[in-house]
Amino acid sequence: MASLDDLKKRIASVKSTQKITKAMKMVAAAKLRRAQESAEKGRPYSEKMNNVILNLSNGISDKENAPKLLSGTGQEKTHLCVVMTSDRGLCGGFNSNIIKKAKSYFVKILDEGKELKIITVGSKGNDQLKRVYGDKIIENISFKESKNANYFDADKVGKMVIEKFEAGEFDVCTIFYNQFKNVITQIPQAQQIIPLNNEGEENSSEESYEFEPDEDEILSNLLPKNISTQIFKAMLENSASEQGSRMSAMDNATRNAGEMVDKLTIEYNRSRQAAITKELIEIISGAESL
Amino acid sequence: MSEEFKVEIVNPEKSFLVKDDVSEVVVPAFEGEMGILKDHISIISFLKPGIIKILSKSGDENYYVEDGIVEFKNNNLSILTSTIFNLADMDKSKQQDLLKQAEEEANKTDINDQSKYLADQKVEVLKTLN
Repeated sequence: MASLDDLKKRIASVKSTQKITKAMKMVAAAKLRRAQESAEKGRPYSEKMNNVILNLSNGISDKENAPKLLSGTGQEKTHLCVVMTSDRGLCGGFNSNIIKKAKSYFVKILDEGKELKIITVGSKGNDQLKRVYGDKIIENISFKESKNANYFDADKVGKMVIEKFEAGEFDVCTIFYNQFKNVITQIPQAQQIIPLNNEGEENSSEESYEFEPDEDEILSNLLPKNISTQIFKAMLENSASEQGSRMSAMDNATRNAGEMVDKLTIEYNRSRQAAITKELIEIISGAESL
Repeated sequence: MSEEFKVEIVNPEKSFLVKDDVSEVVVPAFEGEMGILKDHISIISFLKPGIIKILSKSGDENYYVEDGIVEFKNNNLSILTSTIFNLADMDKSKQQDLLKQAEEEANKTDINDQSKYLADQKVEVLKTLN
């Protein structure tokens, strides 16, 4: 059995860990509120953007010559995966959930004999993926300096993706991120952004628009923006998910630390009592033998 | 019948402005300034750097934008933009900053004609503000 001193030290150490996890939980809760707000505020933009593109692609006259960003290159040999994770750890299963989802997709792609390229956003994803898929990672971006997800960063990623697409480096692009549902549930998502997936969202209103300049030109201007917008949306969802996930992980950790302190305290008291009893017995039996 | 319609300006971070008592909006569309009144035909167009003028009963407002898309449908005008500033909140130093950035961009030689044109536009608009 551990000595009294050891137990005392142990209790003190667990208590200070509990203090840290508690503080982290508080911080995450505050940040979560902000991240959630900005995720909600960011929704109208991406929804409107989607709507406009939907209307445009329905109204486009010449489907054959539609911009490649919309219709694809006509083949799907090379896949680009943008895996978006956080830069910091201690947030429960947040990063590993995305990685798991991404990995199962990678295996599928490779099994089909297709080529795979990976861009990681956020250092944690890079750390986990480089062990197995190190040779596939072509780019690694991290926004450690930016406090909150901002559009400027998303635009940087978007521009890079488009540049690579125009250089013919890949045919299909998918982004991986965690969709924020609530504090306990975040759903890892795989969303295809190139070519654009309309998933049968046929617009019922056959409203005809006037275009100025013509559809093609608007589309070719709009589609790159849409890529950045989608990435930005993913970043917002991700940051809300990260804080939510961290909050519940830290909540659990705090509770576990509390339980541990209770258990250790009982053990400490018991051994203290045992030591006292032992001493008493010794004294009494010593007195008796006189 | 009232002659008013609804305008909504959104940027990626948030819904920037919503007004439903607007009588006219002038936007710097790509092929020239475009005034939109109630019952305009449905239109989609995109913006070049310039000033959005919003005229309404509660007063006129001017905004500086660098890019964006306008969609008008069923008397709902949506403007999507990534860079927008209210001219009333914009002081001289901010204008100077933007102008400096735009000039730097316009003076680059390795950009294509379209971005060059857009940068020139930016410089022009910002200069007229000062």
